[in-house]
Amino acid sequence: MATRPYDDVVVAAPVTVPYVRFSTKGAHWFLARALAGLVEAVGITKRDIDGLAVSSFTLGPDTAVGFVQHVGLSPRWLEHVPMGGASAIVQLRRAARAVEAGDADLVACIAGDTNHVDSFRQSTSNFSVFARDAVYPYGSGGPNGSFALITDYFMRHYGTSAEDYGKLCVAQRANALANPLALFRKPLTLEEYLGSRMIADPIRLFDCVMPCAGADAFLVMRRETAKRLDLPHARLLGTIERHNAFPEDPVQFRGGWAQDREALYDQAGVAPKDIDFLQAYDDYPVITLMQIEDLGFCDKGEGQAFVRRNSFTVDGSFPLNTSGGQLSMGQAGAAGGHLGLVEAIRQLIGRPLGRQVAKARLGLVSGFGMINYDRGLCSGAAILAASGGKKGRKRK
Amino acid sequence: MSAKLQRPARKDPLHRTRLLPMPPAARSRQAQGLTAAAALGEFRLQRCEACRDWQYPPREACTSCLSDRLRWRPHPGGGELLARTEIRFGQELYFRERAPWPVGLVRLDGGPSAVAALHGDCGEAPSRVRLRLALDKAGQAMLVALPEKDTPHMSDDPLIRETSSDPKHRKVLITDAKTPIGRAMAQALIGAGAELVYGGFAEPWKRSADLEHLRALPQVTLVPLDVTDEASVRELAGVIGGKVDILINTAEHHRAETIASRPGVDTARQEMEVNYFGLLRLAKGFGPALKARAADGPTGATAWVNILSIYALTSLPAQATFSASKAAALSLAQALRAEMQGAGIRVLNVFPGPIDDEWNQLVLPPKLSPAAVAASVVEALRRGVEDVYPGEVAKDMLQRFLDNPKGLERELA
Repeated sequence: MATRPYDDVVVAAPVTVPYVRFSTKGAHWFLARALAGLVEAVGITKRDIDGLAVSSFTLGPDTAVGFVQHVGLSPRWLEHVPMGGASAIVQLRRAARAVEAGDADLVACIAGDTNHVDSFRQSTSNFSVFARDAVYPYGSGGPNGSFALITDYFMRHYGTSAEDYGKLCVAQRANALANPLALFRKPLTLEEYLGSRMIADPIRLFDCVMPCAGADAFLVMRRETAKRLDLPHARLLGTIERHNAFPEDPVQFRGGWAQDREALYDQAGVAPKDIDFLQAYDDYPVITLMQIEDLGFCDKGEGQAFVRRNSFTVDGSFPLNTSGGQLSMGQAGAAGGHLGLVEAIRQLIGRPLGRQVAKARLGLVSGFGMINYDRGLCSGAAILAASGGKKGRKRK
Repeated sequence: MSAKLQRPARKDPLHRTRLLPMPPAARSRQAQGLTAAAALGEFRLQRCEACRDWQYPPREACTSCLSDRLRWRPHPGGGELLARTEIRFGQELYFRERAPWPVGLVRLDGGPSAVAALHGDCGEAPSRVRLRLALDKAGQAMLVALPEKDTPHMSDDPLIRETSSDPKHRKVLITDAKTPIGRAMAQALIGAGAELVYGGFAEPWKRSADLEHLRALPQVTLVPLDVTDEASVRELAGVIGGKVDILINTAEHHRAETIASRPGVDTARQEMEVNYFGLLRLAKGFGPALKARAADGPTGATAWVNILSIYALTSLPAQATFSASKAAALSLAQALRAEMQGAGIRVLNVFPGPIDDEWNQLVLPPKLSPAAVAASVVEALRRGVEDVYPGEVAKDMLQRFLDNPKGLERELA
C-alpha cells in the first residue's frame, strides 16, 4: 500500500544554538536553548508546545522524559528518537502524522549534544554492543575507521578518486564561507585537501567532521496553525525511512534510500530533476556520494561522473549542503541530521544562514545514522517545498 | 614480508620503562565465547542449530531465523579481505602508540563480514586471508587475518608479537631446573631462541644430573631459588625480577598417595608448600616487576606459565593430596591471571596428564615425556593461547570433564 500523502503539514522556525568545539555545559543546556529559541522565534509560550521530539547522545541517563521535567513542559505527545543522523527525518515523520491526526498541534523537534573534552571517546567506546565487542577493540578508530573501510571499498569498486571526494569537501567549504555559524570558515583548496594528513587511509583530515557541541530545532504543525501564528514555513511533500537495509551486502555500498526512493518521489509527486538543492548527510564524503546515487540523481557507480560535471556550490550546479554541512559547521552529535533540515527550511523561506539558492522551491534532505557495527543502519529522506509553490503534489 | 626481529640492544638503564596503556577490555557476555575459543587456540563462531547460518558479531538470537539455538562451532577460518585501512589516530592510547594499526573488513566463508586486525603481510583487497582468534594484551579475543600462505618471519609481525609470548630474544626463569621437566623446558626454550634461561635450584647439596647438564649450557644461568622459602624468593626477585620476561613455574612436589595410605599430613603439607604456597610466594615476589614491564620493548615481559595437572580439574583419588594441591594452585592461578591480565601479562595454565617421571612409575601409559610437555609450552607461548592440555590423556579428560563432570568424578574413583 502506498504511503498516504501529507495533509497540509508544514515545518517552520529553524533554530540553531551556535556550535562550539567544546563545552562545559550539559546536553540539557543545549536542548533548553533550542527550545527557548523556538519560543522566541514564534512568539509563543512554552506551554503552547504540546508535542516534543528529542534526540541526543549525551542526555543520558535522561531521555526525552527526564528532559520535559527539566524544562517544565507538559506535552501530550512525546518521542525520544535515538537514531543519530537519521533522527531529524524520523522526528519529522512522527510529528507530521501526529499533527495530522490531532494528537498534537505544535511539535518541537529538537536535537543537540554537548561535547566535553573526553565525550567523543567515551561515546564511541560504548556506542553499541556490536561496536564494543567487534569494532572498538580493533584500533579504536571510531567512525573514521568504519568509513575508511567503506570508502576503500567504494574507491576500488567504482573508481572514485580522492579528487572526487575532495571536490565535495571544497565546495561545501565554499558554501560555508558566508555562514557566520560555521566553525570552519577558512577557504579550502583541493591541494590543501589532498595534502592533509591521513587519519585512517583513505580517509584524510578534511574528510572527517569535527565533533562539537550545539543544537538545532524546528517546529512541525498544520498549515493553518502556521498561518494563524504568521510563521514563514515550508510544506512537507514526502518522506521515507529504512533501518538495516540490504543486510546481505557484505560491505555497505548503498543505503536504504536505494530501496525507498521511488516511494519518496511518488509520495511527493516530484522527480529528482525537480529538486533545487540537496542537504545530504555528510559525515564523510563517501556517504554524500552514496546518497546522490541512491536518491536517484545519478545511477549507482556514476557518482564519479556526476561529481565531475557539477559544482555543488550555492550559486553553481546542484547546490549541496548550502550552509557548509557538518564538514564545515561541525557535528553536534545527534543534531548532525537536523543541521540539513533546518538549512532546507531556511532556504525555502528565504532566510539562509549563508547564501540563498536562487529560486529555491524544492529541497531534499537526507539523514543517515548509527554505525552500530560495520555500516550505518538508519536512513531517511524528506522532500520539502516552498510555501505557495506549484511544484509537488497538489494540496487537496 | 615481515621484518625479521633483531636481538634488541642492551637496555639503557637511564631510560624510563614505558608503561602499557591497555586496549579496550569491555565485552558482552556473548563475546566471551570468542575468548573461550581463543584461550585454546581454536577458531569458533556462533552457528545456528536451526538454519545452520554463521553469526558474527556474537549475539543472542539468529539473525536469519530468530532461533536462540546458537552454538559455538569450529569454522574453517577462510575469508576474503574486502576492504582495508590503517588507523593512524585511534582514540585509545594503546593503538596510538602502535599506529598505524591495520584493520580490514573480511567476509568469512559462508558467513557474515567481520572487522579484523591485519597481519602486515596481508595483501590489498580483494584477497584471500586466514582468520585466527588471538588474545590481545587485555586477554580478550581478537580476530586476526593472516595472509593466505605463510610468509618469511611472519611470527615477527608486530601484531603477532602483541598477541603472543614468543620466547625468541626473551629472558626466562624456570623455577625448578633440577628436574627432567626443568631440563627439557630449558632446552626447548633455548631451541626457541630465548636470550637467557635462568634455572632455579633448591637444596644445593642434592646432586642432579639434569642440573649438571644445564650448567654446561652457555645460555643458562643457574640461580638459587627455594619456593618454600619466602626470603629465597624475595632475594632472587630482587636480583633478577626486573629482567625476567617469562616465568615458568615447574616447581612441584608430587607423591602418589590416597588419603588413607599413610598417617599424618606431612606429605600433603609439603605438596601444598611447593605447589600452592610456592606459586603464591612467586606471584608476590615476581608479579610486580613482571607487571611493570609489559611494554618494555618488543621483547618485554609477557607471560607466566604454571605447570598444573589435569587432576586439578577433577581429583584422581589415587593421588589425592597431589590433586588437591594442584586444584588449589589452579584456583590461585585464575586469580593471578585476573591480576596479570590487567597489566598485559598472560598467565598460561598447563594441564598435563601423567608425566613419565619417578612419581608416576606405577601409572599405566600413555604418559607424557618431559620433552613433550616442554614443547607444548613453547608452542603455546608462540601461539598465544592460555590454556594448554598436552597429550592424549589430558585432552580425553578435558572432553569428559566438559561433557559430564559428575561422570568423570565417578570414573576416576
